[in-house]
Amino acid sequence: MTDIRSTLFGPVFNNNPIALQILGICSALAVTTRLESAFVMSLAVIFVAAFAGGSVALIRLYIPESIRLIVQMTIIASLVIVVDQVIQAVSPTISRQLSVFVGLIITNCIVLGRAEAYAMKNSVGRSFLDGIGNGLGYSLVLLLVATLRELFGSGTVFGTSVLPLTQAGGWYETNGLMLLPPSAFFIIGLLIWALRVWKRDQIEVEE
Amino acid sequence: MAGESTRRTFLVAFLVCFVCSLLVSGSAIGLRAIQEREVLTIHYRNVLSVTGLLAPGVDVVELWHEVVDPRLVDLDTGEYSDAFDPATFDPRRAAADPALARPIPAQVDLAGIRTRTRIAPVYFIRQEGEVVQVVLPVHGRGLWSTLYGYISLAADLTTIAGFGFYEHAETPGLGGEIDNRQWLAQWPGKEAFDPEGQPRIEVIRGRVDAASPYARFQVDGISGATVTARGVTNLLHYWLGEDAFGPFLQRLRTEGFDD
Amino acid sequence: MLEYYLSIFVRAVFVENMALAFFLGMCTFLAVSKKVDTALGLGIAVIVVQTITVPINNLIFRYLLREGGLAWAGLNVDLTFLGLISYIGVIAAMVQILEMVLDKHVPRLYAALGVFLPLITVNCMILGGSLFMVEREYGLGESIVFGLGSGTGWAIAITALAGIRTRLKYSNIPEGLRGLGMTFIVVGLMSMAFMAFSGIQL
Repeated sequence: MTDIRSTLFGPVFNNNPIALQILGICSALAVTTRLESAFVMSLAVIFVAAFAGGSVALIRLYIPESIRLIVQMTIIASLVIVVDQVIQAVSPTISRQLSVFVGLIITNCIVLGRAEAYAMKNSVGRSFLDGIGNGLGYSLVLLLVATLRELFGSGTVFGTSVLPLTQAGGWYETNGLMLLPPSAFFIIGLLIWALRVWKRDQIEVEE
Repeated sequence: MAGESTRRTFLVAFLVCFVCSLLVSGSAIGLRAIQEREVLTIHYRNVLSVTGLLAPGVDVVELWHEVVDPRLVDLDTGEYSDAFDPATFDPRRAAADPALARPIPAQVDLAGIRTRTRIAPVYFIRQEGEVVQVVLPVHGRGLWSTLYGYISLAADLTTIAGFGFYEHAETPGLGGEIDNRQWLAQWPGKEAFDPEGQPRIEVIRGRVDAASPYARFQVDGISGATVTARGVTNLLHYWLGEDAFGPFLQRLRTEGFDD
Repeated sequence: MLEYYLSIFVRAVFVENMALAFFLGMCTFLAVSKKVDTALGLGIAVIVVQTITVPINNLIFRYLLREGGLAWAGLNVDLTFLGLISYIGVIAAMVQILEMVLDKHVPRLYAALGVFLPLITVNCMILGGSLFMVEREYGLGESIVFGLGSGTGWAIAITALAGIRTRLKYSNIPEGLRGLGMTFIVVGLMSMAFMAFSGIQL
């Protein structure tokens, strides 16, 4: 039981893929100006990571070494296309906001990295859980960044007004920087700092 | 683990491809009907949202079929065109088709879009048989992106009944404020044309002075969004002007709405 | 016309910088920016691959995938949903071919760039370039310029970051912020500096 729990939740805190392994950051940040799009993006990544892990593990004993990577890529790319089609069907508006970034899940290092490093050596169930766990770790960071950016940038959370804006007679003057690309870098940088103060073993030693 | 052989490599590759292709094409085809319906509903909502008729709780598709009369217009002559079915005509796709697109001479290309289609959709809003509004699609360059929107003219073809964008990628909080409801709320009631019929409406810098004789042609600027605001003015001047909807609007003024 | 292509190029390099405005290629961007010469090598490899793959994917999109694209074969089907898998396939294949060609004919260049090429297949900036090309409906000429421009922009960004990071060695940074954390802050500052280019129109 604890085993399953550590497979599932290990990546969320102790071994968070974004903060510690610098993985999958590409697609993580551009969709964080609004929580809604970050949320959909998280679901997409969890789905792809879980099923990619599961299916790679399912056929891991049959994959010839020479075409290992291309088989993994094919599986991941197919799953991403399915996710993209589903998002387009459910909400073309969100699909447009996510723009090219759903497609970029294909090159997301978390998904491919876990397929290669974990799913090739473990059972179907474990790999599936590992995919969900890593997806969750990614989502945690993504949603945190998106919450901060949307709250301080537009005064809203999930589109509902939380901080009354001065334009509407409230007291909160929006911080435009939060909606621009640099703020995402700053937030991630500060998050890593906070995480490392909390978990001191992660501090990088000087070369 | 079994040894590697060429046959096995091909077999696995083939099987993976086969399963994946089933998955991909299955989802693409299975979801296509839903996707198309969603896209259409969004198109309806975009057009209706500038008319002011879209109260919360109203069924978009129902309202569309009740009040909207889509037509196609040949921009060069201003006449209606029957070349395509207005219900299925896709202006974006037409713009990419060299047979339908026409380059815009650089000196009149205020909107910065370089080409436009010869044929454009217009949407008459009818209530109890009378035309109350005409909705025209407009687009043009902002700061980062192309702004796509609709402007609705009241039946006098001069007063603006509504205006809004449905797609752009301007800086959130700055140029992105063109989506701000309060800013958009200034537009209805403004006049798009001067008495000579030239497009006159503009987004100025700073606030509109209500006492100014030109206040009826002016809309407040957006702070920090000079380029986007200029883009809005320019694209309206282009689309309402001689090279775009001008001839069509002129014809409606002289001939009326009955065809 | 030249002016128009120049404007696409400048936008791709400075205004819409792949790394600093769209966060693309971040994994390699952060991992391979410790030394200036390796960063420069990777940057050049990215420019080469990007300038080749974007136009090729453009041809594939226009003559195979998009609705009506197969008209020359007498077919009218919409295969745009196969886009993702085709582009990534093309990228992987191009990188492989480039590696073999360089190895055979220009061994000195291969020795310099070879190690970076496999990294590039999974660099999302390359796939992102092709996806932006499709989304923005570029033609062939535009895609060549855009490929060159976006690659150059990325190369400039990573080389500059590597330059800053070598200098950072002499700074006394709070413990928890050392390494990755500080790199992010620096990238954020660079990104802010690049924002100054926004709105430049030629």
